[in-house]
Amino acid sequence: MQNQNKNILIAGVGGQGTLLTSRIIARTAVQMGYDVKVSEVHGMAQRGGSVVSQVRYGKKVYSPIIRKGDADIILAFEKIEAARWLDYLKPGGTIIINNIRVDPLPVLSGKAKYPDDIADKISSFVEKAFVVDADKIAESCGSIRAANVVMVGIFASVFGIPEEEVKKAIQYLVPAGFLEINLAAFDEGKKIFIELNRVK
Amino acid sequence: MKELMLGNEAIARGAYEAGVKVAAAYPGTPSTEIISNFAKYEGVYAEWSPNEKVAMEVGIGASIGGARTLVAMKHVGVNVAADPLFTFSYTGVNGGLVLVSADDPGMHSSQNEQDNRGYGLFAKLPVIEPSDSQEAKDYTRLAFDISEEFDTPVMLRVTTRLCHSQTLVELGERVEVENKDYKKDAAKYVMLPGFARDRHAEVEKRMLRLADFAEKTDLNRIEWGNKDLGVITSGVAYQYVKEALPDASVLKLGLVNPLPEKLIRFFADQVKRLVVVEELEPVIEMQVKAWGLKIEGKELFSRLGEYSPEMIAERLSSFKLDAGFGLEKEIPARPPLMCPGCPHRGVFYTLNKMRLTVMGDIGCYTLGALNPLNGMDACICMGASIGTALGMEKARGEEFASRVVAVIGDSTFVHSGITSLIDVVYNQGTSTVLILDNCTTAMTGHQDHPATGFTVKKQPTSRLDIEALIRAIGINAVKVVDPLDLAQLKTALEEELSRREPSVIICRRPCALLEKDPVREKYYVDAELCTGCRLCTRIGCTGIYYVEDDKKAVINSNTCIGCGLCPQVCKFDAIKTVEV
Ligand SMILES: Cc1ncc(C[n+]2csc(CCOP(=O)(O)OP(=O)(O)O)c2C)c(N)n1
Repeated sequence: MQNQNKNILIAGVGGQGTLLTSRIIARTAVQMGYDVKVSEVHGMAQRGGSVVSQVRYGKKVYSPIIRKGDADIILAFEKIEAARWLDYLKPGGTIIINNIRVDPLPVLSGKAKYPDDIADKISSFVEKAFVVDADKIAESCGSIRAANVVMVGIFASVFGIPEEEVKKAIQYLVPAGFLEINLAAFDEGKKIFIELNRVK
Repeated sequence: MKELMLGNEAIARGAYEAGVKVAAAYPGTPSTEIISNFAKYEGVYAEWSPNEKVAMEVGIGASIGGARTLVAMKHVGVNVAADPLFTFSYTGVNGGLVLVSADDPGMHSSQNEQDNRGYGLFAKLPVIEPSDSQEAKDYTRLAFDISEEFDTPVMLRVTTRLCHSQTLVELGERVEVENKDYKKDAAKYVMLPGFARDRHAEVEKRMLRLADFAEKTDLNRIEWGNKDLGVITSGVAYQYVKEALPDASVLKLGLVNPLPEKLIRFFADQVKRLVVVEELEPVIEMQVKAWGLKIEGKELFSRLGEYSPEMIAERLSSFKLDAGFGLEKEIPARPPLMCPGCPHRGVFYTLNKMRLTVMGDIGCYTLGALNPLNGMDACICMGASIGTALGMEKARGEEFASRVVAVIGDSTFVHSGITSLIDVVYNQGTSTVLILDNCTTAMTGHQDHPATGFTVKKQPTSRLDIEALIRAIGINAVKVVDPLDLAQLKTALEEELSRREPSVIICRRPCALLEKDPVREKYYVDAELCTGCRLCTRIGCTGIYYVEDDKKAVINSNTCIGCGLCPQVCKFDAIKTVEV
């Protein structure tokens, strides 16, 4: 069941803007001439639930969903969401973990504990695990809401995707008023990954 | 460049290209984006109907009137529309009519996972199933031709994975289709028994002609591979099969009702092992078995939930999945929850605190059933709250009823709450009904409805006056309260519950997500005053949380929008506004 397609899994909490991330990545892949499929979550889970979107591209893509153990990269917008989807990562794959904690309902109501050491645990399992402060980086670019585009920058850096292609997609998908902030967030995302990689 | 499109956008595009003039729907995940996208095209009519039955009837009228017509709804919506649908199957169409049924295997956003291919057999409709957005567009177009050629409504059956996946689509041009002539034809359209008997005979003839068509159409195709294993499949499961079993022979069905018996027999003859991969019910399997063929299906695959490529590979090849890291077992679940500032939150906090029996309904407010709000006793289907509350009263008496409320959203009230409220008046119930009016259909993404005063195209229109309607029904006790004012809400509840006559409390405040500048005030917890009692966490808001180490509550300034609910709950006045 091996194939040459690239599989990107984007996990987060409803409302964090994971859909924009998957749409930018997908549009970039379309521009580059690939067959592309994207699976999104709409509906109830968008109200603060656990959400995932999946992008697959390559010569020919059948399934819109990635099979377990087959994601080249996981972009996780929140720490426990990274853990929730970790089984989808390919051996040798990369996981990027946004260093924020969003308490789910069972934690808020005191029925469960938030496992604060979860990012360390993931790093102990996965060699290419990177923890980033995407929210903070986005804030420094002008809006915390651009954290999703910081993640796009990291993705482009990991996959070596030409910057112009991604920026073209961002321009197409992001409203003009927010473009500048988002392009800056993209640049910072690219930079931070190079930085993190050097440290590792 | 081909375009990436959601399955739902592609259906809308297909309908547009097919020359559809009229489209009607009631929102419902995963179907909603079909009509919201169709409405963006120029020169077409689209509407949000008050419910699916009305949408179906508007569609039927447009079809009889000669126009090509699209009707869309989620799977359970077809239950609501079933009455007109079954008899429309008898009359047949004038302009082609396609009904999209968007099923939800896995229940991402639904109260059940019924398999609406069953309606094809039951109502005797051709059922078409696409497997990606390109097919969604092409099959939608084709469905209109089939509808007109065979004089039948056609069901286009899709599932969440298709509706909400984007795949590449080659766009085509719209064909302008003239309305068919309209001629009065009572024998075809007036379903008195005498006429309906003849129409039933026509339906049976039509199904035979369609069975013949099923053998020839390109909608069904064989993709030969290794003949040790032959798989019959349809819809998005086809994509999983191709991914998981690249070498198998596949019979892909695009027309799943009626089935092509000869083609299936031929395929069965050629392969050593025959398996059907279909999510949910064994609709294909049972029919193939009834023909006496040997086929495996539900002994390998579940009737529950969605399938996946790895599931298919595991059951039908030597593929074995790694054990994985097992971390997901250690981490808390993340169910959806009400947004910070949601006007529904305080209602359920209050209902739970007052220990009332709450007959609930469907919408964002159903989340009030979850811990810590725990504010709901039952939720069955849209509109059920008021009828079930009356039934409770009739079973357990008026005394009990003085502690029972029905809770229903504004869109849901218009959808199917009005007739039950009439029943309460007519049959002398004493229920108190809470209408949670957040001025929108929030759950499905903020669609307009008759009480918002705007159409699907965002044009202003006459606005249904809910208070006036309720008074006209015969209810005198109608109050409007602000659901974020807990004291006002509690007083209203106490007054109305003690009344021995039907009453309605309208809890009115727009959905927090609709507000352009949502942050009203900034709050913080005064650590000096906070005793760590955790009462404020009982409202289940992501804006406020308890820090174990400090034994204090803290407000998250990123998520808090200053709705002012938690200060009303705090007994120690520890939650204060930030002075500016
Ligand atoms: C028959 C049927 N149609 C559609 C749906 C999808 N659906 C669930 S709740 C809802 C409407 C909710 O609106 P409202 O009652 O105003 O509550 P809100 O979500 O705004 O709180 C819809 C359309 C459904 N579950 N059943």
